[in-house]
Amino acid sequence: MELRLENLTKVFTNKTGQETRAVDNLDITIESGTLVALLGPSGCGKSTTLFMIAGLVKPTSGKIFFGEDDVTKLAPEKRGIGLVFQNYALYPHMTVFKNILFPLENMDVPRDEAFQRVKEMANLVGIGELLDRKPSQLSGGQQQRVAIARALVKKPRVLLLDEPLSNLDARLRLQMREEIKRIQRETGITTIFVTHDQEEAMSISDKMVVLDFGKEQQYDAPQDMYNQPDNLFVARFLGNPPINAFEAEVKNKKLIINNKPFMNVNVPDGLYDVGMRPENFRVHEKGFETEIKDIFHIGRDTMIHFEFNGKNVRALVDSDSMTDNQKTVLLTIKPERVYIFDKETGKVVNHA
Amino acid sequence: MRNLIKNVKGFLIKIGNIIKTFFWNVRRIINNFKRKISNFLDKHKINPAGKFPGWAKALLYLSPALIVLAVFTFWPIINSFALVVYENYNMTNNTITGYTIFGNFLRVLTDESFIVPASHTASSAVINTLIIVFISVPISIFIALGVSVALNSIKPLKGFFQTIYFLPYVTNTIAIGLVFAYMFRTDGGLVNQFIGLFGVDTAGLSWVESNAVYWRSMFVLIFYSIWSALAFKIMVFLTSIQGIDKQYYQAAAIDATPKGRIFSKITVPLISPMIFYITVTSVIGAFKIYNAIVALFGVQGAPPGVNYNLQSIVMYIYQFIDGSKEGQLSVAAAGSLILFAIILVLTIVQMQVSKKRVHY
Repeated sequence: MELRLENLTKVFTNKTGQETRAVDNLDITIESGTLVALLGPSGCGKSTTLFMIAGLVKPTSGKIFFGEDDVTKLAPEKRGIGLVFQNYALYPHMTVFKNILFPLENMDVPRDEAFQRVKEMANLVGIGELLDRKPSQLSGGQQQRVAIARALVKKPRVLLLDEPLSNLDARLRLQMREEIKRIQRETGITTIFVTHDQEEAMSISDKMVVLDFGKEQQYDAPQDMYNQPDNLFVARFLGNPPINAFEAEVKNKKLIINNKPFMNVNVPDGLYDVGMRPENFRVHEKGFETEIKDIFHIGRDTMIHFEFNGKNVRALVDSDSMTDNQKTVLLTIKPERVYIFDKETGKVVNHA
Repeated sequence: MRNLIKNVKGFLIKIGNIIKTFFWNVRRIINNFKRKISNFLDKHKINPAGKFPGWAKALLYLSPALIVLAVFTFWPIINSFALVVYENYNMTNNTITGYTIFGNFLRVLTDESFIVPASHTASSAVINTLIIVFISVPISIFIALGVSVALNSIKPLKGFFQTIYFLPYVTNTIAIGLVFAYMFRTDGGLVNQFIGLFGVDTAGLSWVESNAVYWRSMFVLIFYSIWSALAFKIMVFLTSIQGIDKQYYQAAAIDATPKGRIFSKITVPLISPMIFYITVTSVIGAFKIYNAIVALFGVQGAPPGVNYNLQSIVMYIYQFIDGSKEGQLSVAAAGSLILFAIILVLTIVQMQVSKKRVHY
């Protein structure tokens, strides 16, 4: 099921008449059978987008298509979606079996088939032995699986997950990440999943949408987005440790850092924002000499702190390439890993 | 003008600050005093907590309420157990003619106005009370559930409607009873006028006055007790419905759950502890019905000139204390203990039933 958002906009108006554009002109096509993450900082409108797709929130303008069907005006129950809530919303008074059965009870399904489907789904998500328990007797990860089973049992066209991993502890999160991916692969269902954790989004999704203030920043495969960010926001949002961003001037097609030419760039002269990821620096004898301010050895890698144009910059380099008590270091970076952003718009400038 | 407002504002702030500073200083003085006491105790190596354990402190704080309860509740209860074994207890000169174990109970149980009525047209206190309990409590709970669900889904004027439905709770029972009696009057009563609109001959159709048939006056009584009990139930249900996580309803909406199933499978189970609480307390309350009957029919407990009685168990008991059979406290005690036993058994039954139905 291909899912298409056309100029989707949601404006919230508060009591004083102040308008907030929670989702602003979102124009996205999600291919059938893919797992797409909606990623962004809190308050960026990602959950609102999800709830609009679910039908729980009415869009101010724009359209939502499931395949060829326009579902914008359709009630949630008629859209054929499965939704997993952030805190799962499992009915506490029903057993796991009843919880998963609940959606089928409202559909025209023969009893035997319904029971069969519940059991199949429970086995798929790996909770086959827990069917008699109440949700309160389950761990967070198990509750999560029940919630996914309940969303999938009615064979929805689209599966929506609202911050599904935020209530789990770190280890379980890693495990459930793989589980969600496996379940999605096995069922082949188009899945949209909301998160604020860039690492989670990158590891799980086929493609991701980065949102900021309701506006789409970039829609791409995770690794492509990481390597070719469209703008400074995306570059800053992805990656841990975060990208180093500083101001630098371009003079005569040369990027000037610490009053020395750093590299040749093919852009007009002027002031730019420059981004360099810490892990893209290499130590090389022909590199750019810089004074070390601080040095941290963290096992395999060594973190060096230094200054570029007055801004603190971090580089993550191989520990073997560093000697103790080094006062300066010679660093290089591949030209395609240096991102130059327009100072006004924040958009990336091609400098090759 | 603006200057004046500014001055007044400044003045008020100043006064506010003076008051706040005063309380701040009071607290400082108290704290200082406390510190001095504890320093003194430390110096002399006195540890009051060691000699005066935590539960004793708790008991000290509870004692005012405990004393009142003991004098006005526990002592009368114990006393009623004592009273019930006295034979022909005379309250005025405090004399008895002997002791009996079952005598007073037998007197109550064989009384024609208590359990077994004198004839098929008459009624008895237990029958009246049971009719009121088993009709008014379930009906009022169902109505309250429906109203609270409706009130919860209402959007405009929400607070206004909630206030309206809560008003009967803060209104005087006797006053409402009198209004009801007036509404159900034979001549020119609101109810008779209303059903007269449908072509019913209302001449002599009396509800709470002479010639009223048993079921007609019972209907008014039940109607009244349902109505007066509704407000509190609605408030309790509404509060607990508002406490239900909205996500359950969103999840149900996505699963295309019909409204009736949402009510029976989600709302009711999730507030079932409250429904249970309300059921138990209102069954107990309905068994103790007294002032509703007095408000509608007076202390006789019956419309004038009829051959039946709408007396409840409590009214029956009360007539032995301060009524037509005044002063027979032992019989009253026996009646109270029987009422206590009925309520106890019913509550135990309810608790057993609820174990399967109530989800905590």
